[in-house]
Amino acid sequence: MADKADIIYKLDHVTKVYEGTPRVVALDDISITINRGDIYGIIGMSGAGKSTLVRTLNRLEEVTDGTVFFEGKNLKELRGAELRKARQSAGMIFQGFNLLNQKTVEKNIEVALKIAGVPKGKRAEIIGRMLKIVGLEEKRNAYPSQLSGGQKQRVAIARALATDPKVILCDEATSALDPGITSEILELLKKINKELNVTIIMITHEMSVVEAICDRVAVIDGGKLAEEGAVRDIFVNPKSDAARRLVYPEHTGLGLFDGQGRKCVRLVFNGVEAKEPIIAKLASSKGIEVSILSANTKSVGGIGFGQMIIALPEDEEKGHIATEYFKELGVFGEEVEAWQD
Amino acid sequence: MAGLGWDFIWKGFLQTMEMVIISTVFAYLIGLPLGVILSVTKKGNLCENRLVYNILAVIVNISRSIPFLIFLVVLIPFTRLIVGTSIGTEATIVPLTMGAIPIVARMVEASLEEVGHGIVEAALAMGADKWQVITQFILPEAVPSLIQGAAINFVTILGYSAMAGFIGGGGLGNIAYQHGYIRYKTDVLFITVAILVVIVWVGQELGLKIAKKSRH
Repeated sequence: MADKADIIYKLDHVTKVYEGTPRVVALDDISITINRGDIYGIIGMSGAGKSTLVRTLNRLEEVTDGTVFFEGKNLKELRGAELRKARQSAGMIFQGFNLLNQKTVEKNIEVALKIAGVPKGKRAEIIGRMLKIVGLEEKRNAYPSQLSGGQKQRVAIARALATDPKVILCDEATSALDPGITSEILELLKKINKELNVTIIMITHEMSVVEAICDRVAVIDGGKLAEEGAVRDIFVNPKSDAARRLVYPEHTGLGLFDGQGRKCVRLVFNGVEAKEPIIAKLASSKGIEVSILSANTKSVGGIGFGQMIIALPEDEEKGHIATEYFKELGVFGEEVEAWQD
Repeated sequence: MAGLGWDFIWKGFLQTMEMVIISTVFAYLIGLPLGVILSVTKKGNLCENRLVYNILAVIVNISRSIPFLIFLVVLIPFTRLIVGTSIGTEATIVPLTMGAIPIVARMVEASLEEVGHGIVEAALAMGADKWQVITQFILPEAVPSLIQGAAINFVTILGYSAMAGFIGGGGLGNIAYQHGYIRYKTDVLFITVAILVVIVWVGQELGLKIAKKSRH
């Protein structure tokens, strides 16, 4: 597993400081490893430094300290043409799409091929293939202004994919899109990841994006790495405050609760289990009643995610039975303190 | 028309068009690259370079602040050096061009500034070098705005050419002043001014139309 060839990116104590007044430490000693073939999420609140972090991956930002290895090569040591070559192996898509508005869809993709040195005769075929992947074949001669946001992002994905990159860097790629379109784009990225074996790195401030498609996630807070691991682990058992803030976002009502002295637990369940009347069954089969302090379920990419904060009965034995019951069903998340933002 | 025929006015019209078009072309030959350099060397831009930007900005600002009439007089020796005379249509092209260069440069700079930083970032992420970023991304994106700017500059240069008529330049401005104003031929003055108005109007509308058509 730890075979060197499996690692696509290795960040070793990466630090980025913007000198000036005030001096800003955008990235503070970040070390992470990203495996080839993964969909890797980098999540944080705005201003956490995640956009800076993704730009160190193709050296749009120079690091102040530390090293970024891309496929084993130290990016800092690459000069001129070598760096441009490396950048061609890492396509990038953006929140604002960044398409050339004065050029057609076809020309937008062609310019990437031109820069990568793909001969003129081969370009049309590649453009056709890319448009097929993103499902926009009929928009070949349209201008970006004639496209919807989701379609623009599809063009940007086709453009990023055209030069056959090893990885696609997504900088808040779905943040400007509405929820339905977001899940379409996420599905497309997932398909690209699976079918073309392209590693995908997603920068986002939305946990739902990470939940929907990421395998692993790094939580960035104030320029520091707060937590890193498999998405499921962090979702079920967030250890850092930053991760907790993201897992129980304020607007779901999970951010604030008061157990009034009782022990509280967080339940986490997926689509199948969400359909089960778990709480009712606990009452009917075991005679134990619990109070729901807060609950939230949502469907992301067709898969239901849900969380619930419940207060256990004051009786310790009953509380224990309920806990065991939840563990048995595989929905037990963690014991939580009355937690306020 | 008081001794002046239509062919005389026609000749003046042709001279004006010759001066203005040639001067505009020359002004862009120098002003366009200058504007590009100003834009890309600006703080935070592609080829940030304080020294180059500041030097060019000072030169452009100073030359833009000098009233064109003063410019015309000051440049007389320079014009003689290049054209051999300081009077006539050809001679007027020199100060017109020189006066228009800084205006064109600033206009080009402003047009390029409209191209978002995101486009530059996308280009760099694709592995483009700086020359490619400028020629394949920034300039093509700025085309509609550049055309619009060119229409405005054309009108400004036309205005300057009429001014040049006062001090021996040819064209409609000269006719309006020498024959219309000084000799009290109101009809000549009126007709030449009317023709200038039409040129401005047509030039402006045409420019805007082309700009609009090219903007997607």
